[in-house]
Amino acid sequence: MTREGWIRLLVIAAAVAALELACRLGWVPVTVVIPPSAMAASLVDILASGKHWADIVISLRSVAIAAVLSIGLGFLVGAVIHAWPLVRGAVEPLLASYYAVPTFMFYPVFIILFGVGPAAIVAIAVLLAIVSMISATLVGLDRIPLVLRKTARMMHMGPASRALLIGLPAALPHLFTGVKLAVAYAFIGVIASEFILSGAGMGYAIAYAYNNFDNREMYGLMLLIILVVTVVNTGLDAVDRRLQARLRR
Amino acid sequence: MRSALGSAVVVLVLLVVWEGLHLAVSNSGLPSPVATLVRLGVLLGDADFWRQAGETGRAFAAAVVLSTFAGIGLGILLGMNRTTGAVAQPILVNLYALPKVTLYPVVLLIFGLGISARIAFGIMHGMIPLTLFTMNAILNMKPVYRRSAAVMGLTPWQSSFYVVLPAILPEVITGARLGVSLCLLGVLIGEMFAARNGLGFVVMQAMERGDMPSVLAVALLLAVLALVVNAALLALDRAWRR
Repeated sequence: MTREGWIRLLVIAAAVAALELACRLGWVPVTVVIPPSAMAASLVDILASGKHWADIVISLRSVAIAAVLSIGLGFLVGAVIHAWPLVRGAVEPLLASYYAVPTFMFYPVFIILFGVGPAAIVAIAVLLAIVSMISATLVGLDRIPLVLRKTARMMHMGPASRALLIGLPAALPHLFTGVKLAVAYAFIGVIASEFILSGAGMGYAIAYAYNNFDNREMYGLMLLIILVVTVVNTGLDAVDRRLQARLRR
Repeated sequence: MRSALGSAVVVLVLLVVWEGLHLAVSNSGLPSPVATLVRLGVLLGDADFWRQAGETGRAFAAAVVLSTFAGIGLGILLGMNRTTGAVAQPILVNLYALPKVTLYPVVLLIFGLGISARIAFGIMHGMIPLTLFTMNAILNMKPVYRRSAAVMGLTPWQSSFYVVLPAILPEVITGARLGVSLCLLGVLIGEMFAARNGLGFVVMQAMERGDMPSVLAVALLLAVLALVVNAALLALDRAWRR
């Protein structure tokens, strides 16, 4: 690990230790925050008792479906827009401002359309995640070096082999940045929707524990979500950085 | 001009799709654009609606001001040194990608159910992009600026005010653009869960009543407002870069 990595680990460990100390000394009341060691113990209990496995599976399945849908559809839409300059000129300014729209306000609309359940949640997560994939696809297809296209033409490659053997590998680093963002937004969309209004899933379990003043369980579940999201995002980020490094070579 | 025309066409297509969905989803499930606009007109004439909007506006304004100052300050602090920047970067990126809703109960437990919880939640959303952009702008600043400041014998305060801040301003505005919209999102999500006022609460209440035109009217109003604010900041951004 790099020197910065060690310092980072130290900083995080110090923050956790400080919180533990503040809780144990009673500076922070147990009704507000419980000590990190108690959070970890609660997390172990949750996983061992199997009480929330159904919620965990539902949330992760929604995230996976939303991520796959937004990556697939986002790539498709991006490719179509890219091939059609007139549409692109009209849509691109809107894409740049899209993130400003508070997407969650439309969640009730999807509940009316799909009912309270996974479908509405997946829809809102896709709405949140798809645009980063579309933008990444546009950037990726723009950045395919001209020399590669010319080479492909010189070698008389067909459209299919040109797309698979030249286009995809050249655009991959940019596309993967879109994948990384889409997964992160899928997590945010699914957990937030479950939290606001739903009957199942990890976000719902946290809201339920909060409403019942069950701090121990609430913090255990929070720790679980933070750990899962951090592991997934860090993993994708590592791959992303390797691909970006390949770009600079 | 042509891009404005294109955008108008896109908006028109979206309206047609909306009307089509309205016709496809059998009656009253999804209100038509016209019904939504009529309801919006009614809401805009309602004093109670303005009171709720004022509540959201107050929380939003406080969150924007506080997160702007805190975000830029923290960004400058972390960006002054290469090591602190490298240490903080992945932590900030991870915080940005975290579903922060999960932490909302903690905010509620600390700040109670009032407006301060929603302000704090808005800050949690809006501050991180500003910190990240400011920090990276300073780290990537041309070294010649810093050296010139040193040669001229500027004090740290002078050099940050007359050299660093003007040099990083475009990046800071980009960060602010992201931060402002995320602040709004944070405040609204906060209002949708465990609040007794604000536009997020209005939407949740309308949904419980099954009053879909109101839900859509408020959502549409907020979306348009957010887009207008974003466009204004984008114009500022472009004017500054030129």
